[in-house]
Amino acid sequence: MSQLKHLLSAADLSKSSAIEILDVAEEMAGVNSRDIKKLPTLRGKTVVNLFFEDSTRTRISFELAEKRLSADVINFSAKGSSVSKGESLKDTAQTLEAMGADAVVIRHHASGAANVLAHSGWINGSIINAGDGTHEHPTQALLDAFTIRRRIYGSESKGKDLSGLKIAIVGDVLHSRVARSNLILLNTLGAQVHLIAPPTLFPAAVDAWPATIRFDLDTAINEVDLDAVMMLRVQGERMNASYFPSEREYSRIWGMNADRLARLKPSALLMHPGPMNRGLEITAAAADSKNSTVLEQVANGVSVRMAVLYQLLSGERTNIDA
Amino acid sequence: MPNLLLKNATLPNGQIADIAIAGDKIVAVAAGLQSDSAGTDATVVDCTGLVALPGFVDLHTHLREPGFEQSETILTGSQSAAAGGFTAVHAMANTMPVQDTAGVVEQVRSLGMAAGYVDVVPVGAVTVGLEGKQLAELGAMADSLAKVRVFSDDGKCVHDPVLMRRALEYVKAFRGVIAQHAQEPRLTEGAQMNEGIVSAELGLTGWPAVAEESIIARDVLLAEHVGSRIHICHLSTAGSVEIVRWAKSRGIQVTAEVTPHHLLLTDELARTYDAVYKVNPPLRTQADVLALRAALVDGTIDIIATDHAPHPIEAKDCEWPAAAFGMLGLEIAANVAQQVLIDSGESNWQRLAEVLSHAPAKIGSLTEQGQEIAAGSFANLVLIDPKQSRVVKDSHSKSENNPYKGLTLPGAVVHTIYRGYQTVANGVLAVKGRN
Amino acid sequence: MTTRTVLSSGDIDRAITRIAHEIVESNHGTKGLTLLGIPTRGILLAERIASVIQRHYPEFDAASSTGKLDITMYRDDLAKNPTRTVSPTSIPAGGIDDAVVVLVDDVLYSGRTIRAALDALNDLGRPSVVRLAVLVDRGHRELPIRADFVGKNLPTSRDERINVQLTENDGETCVVIES
Repeated sequence: MSQLKHLLSAADLSKSSAIEILDVAEEMAGVNSRDIKKLPTLRGKTVVNLFFEDSTRTRISFELAEKRLSADVINFSAKGSSVSKGESLKDTAQTLEAMGADAVVIRHHASGAANVLAHSGWINGSIINAGDGTHEHPTQALLDAFTIRRRIYGSESKGKDLSGLKIAIVGDVLHSRVARSNLILLNTLGAQVHLIAPPTLFPAAVDAWPATIRFDLDTAINEVDLDAVMMLRVQGERMNASYFPSEREYSRIWGMNADRLARLKPSALLMHPGPMNRGLEITAAAADSKNSTVLEQVANGVSVRMAVLYQLLSGERTNIDA
Repeated sequence: MPNLLLKNATLPNGQIADIAIAGDKIVAVAAGLQSDSAGTDATVVDCTGLVALPGFVDLHTHLREPGFEQSETILTGSQSAAAGGFTAVHAMANTMPVQDTAGVVEQVRSLGMAAGYVDVVPVGAVTVGLEGKQLAELGAMADSLAKVRVFSDDGKCVHDPVLMRRALEYVKAFRGVIAQHAQEPRLTEGAQMNEGIVSAELGLTGWPAVAEESIIARDVLLAEHVGSRIHICHLSTAGSVEIVRWAKSRGIQVTAEVTPHHLLLTDELARTYDAVYKVNPPLRTQADVLALRAALVDGTIDIIATDHAPHPIEAKDCEWPAAAFGMLGLEIAANVAQQVLIDSGESNWQRLAEVLSHAPAKIGSLTEQGQEIAAGSFANLVLIDPKQSRVVKDSHSKSENNPYKGLTLPGAVVHTIYRGYQTVANGVLAVKGRN
Repeated sequence: MTTRTVLSSGDIDRAITRIAHEIVESNHGTKGLTLLGIPTRGILLAERIASVIQRHYPEFDAASSTGKLDITMYRDDLAKNPTRTVSPTSIPAGGIDDAVVVLVDDVLYSGRTIRAALDALNDLGRPSVVRLAVLVDRGHRELPIRADFVGKNLPTSRDERINVQLTENDGETCVVIES
């Protein structure tokens, strides 16, 4: 496979490179299920988790992945550092470069921050986008694809794509980096994507996206033989900005509940990137059902991130962008 | 300051003529002028193959002084303007302190005179501190030595309709004009780039075309209602063109400008997340670019204005949402105009002279700029070699937020003559100004 | 490039049979025997050896006593080559604690692969004994490692290439030297 240097967008992945990462993640899952959950692969490499936005879940998932590959891990969070005193992304990046970071996992509130870091020349290491504003979150898309593949193909997963599968993504598509990355990767892997949201929570020009756009969850459930439904987190503050009238109305029309779940096929996956707003986009009964993959997604997140780190960091290093 | 005899220049109408300049005036324009037409000691400049145009007038320049001298000063901005073929620039009001009093506008004017590369014509703020709440002392600025005639809160929209109405009415007293920065503030909260296919993919908050168009529609109707003239800054959308076209057909006294970057660049460039392409109003789509070009050709859009907006490196060398809006424009305006009007085959040099000189001078009520190339006119001229082309490199601006860097653009400014003084000779900027 | 066949299909069959018997002999039977092949051809060799043992010692269940040990993540040259493809690791259901593990590979050369395999094994459990079986030992060791069971010792120069071909993977069975 071609050597990837950065993972900034799900669009960086060809079908074969995506499948390769998912296959390596299968092996990593094997490591994660044994007693000694550690590989020496990244010994001597320094990985910085640069988090300008709170996200304990994503940060510890990356941290565990890095540590299981024996990398030296530094957590740099904007709140506990000089960034809050007005240090720029550039100064922070150059500081990390001076400290010899081999890779930077960045979470930032600005869309494109990971791209800027990768192409600015401030830093030579690999950049992994752990969520940039409302742009992308490619490792989330990879772990979602991994989860779907494992549930559907089980031990026969390796080498498989997701062609023919019908996946619905429901909720705040406009502000969701998870939705953007999933849309790209699911298309790369051959799945058919249905985006479902109130019209206010779609971006302008969404018709250009490779997906079926729907405003009604019930029709989608009735008309499409869905293999998986991904619920997106809905932020309460969207209500105040008049994206929808009330949480009650949102939940009634676009929320996942026991009734809607019962109309999905029994094998359908019910996915959520977490953290869930129980009672808003998903009811407790749905979240705790056998269809729910929420905890599998968390576990798979570590395996997939190990695979990504392996693919980006284990090979020969050059200064040429892949 | 030697007198000048420009030999064999091509006038905008295509005729070839010599131009004799004595002091700050053109004294003769004709083919085969005697060598002493500009006096016996005149410098003779061979202008064979060069197109002579009236010196360019920019209705929309940010010179940043006073207050933001790390980005640009009146001197460096004037030099950049001269290098781009300009002989007058309107200095926008968003300085610190804001150009909202007679004192500040007179200071800007006198710094411009001291620099001596172009006429620096201050624009007055419409509202105190650009805050959109209370009218600034428009009359005092009009009566000052700076003789302000163009008023604008540029960078911010005068969005209060009542305040806008009053401003439009008030400036009639001294034949002033309000130059509106059309941006509905609520529709553009947090906006980063044109709202469309690209913004959806990039996850950058969209800036809908309607935020510009709704204000233009409102303001042309207000101007009609109160019988005032209005100027629309930096039109950027096809819809804005349609509204201005409609307003002109109704006889509303509206003029409109377009920037070089909106004539050339599109929102596809945002895919790089390079903040050098971040500008207000944002780069739009190719369809908008084509509509703006057509409108410039057919007269719906009256002028090209640069919206030259220098920023220091740190304001651009950062993540996109944190970056400042704006890009340089003074030194590529002529090139872009040539590409769009001449090389495209859509128009001619007379139109180019109109949109870069005659019309902006008229909108700004400047009597000594934008004149015909004729005996008796002030000697404000630019000579362009349309056959040269150049790869854009560094500019004379103090700032480097130049999105054209690396692009090849047609045409080159060979000479700029500002009130009889060569600010640019053979492509080289004069070391000192006119004084 | 010249190619020379040094072991025929028959030679390889005989070597495998001999190794199988030597393994059982040295272990005084098949008790606790676990064969772990190192990808790619080591896996095939391990399977062949296991089936020979099963043929002669029916109490030995080849399927449940054979596994795969990928050593990619344990290599010491990861940073010197493009990213390597990872192969599956599968260990017999009973695990390898207290087992007699025989590592099986096609060619023993520098010893670095075996060093990585020992590290990998260490993370999987604690065998009572670890042995090494290889089809070809070509010399040029860089680490203090030796094989317990060798099909054929082949003195080579460093610029020669030993190419082990097995029918399951390569269409025919033979060992050739390319130089």
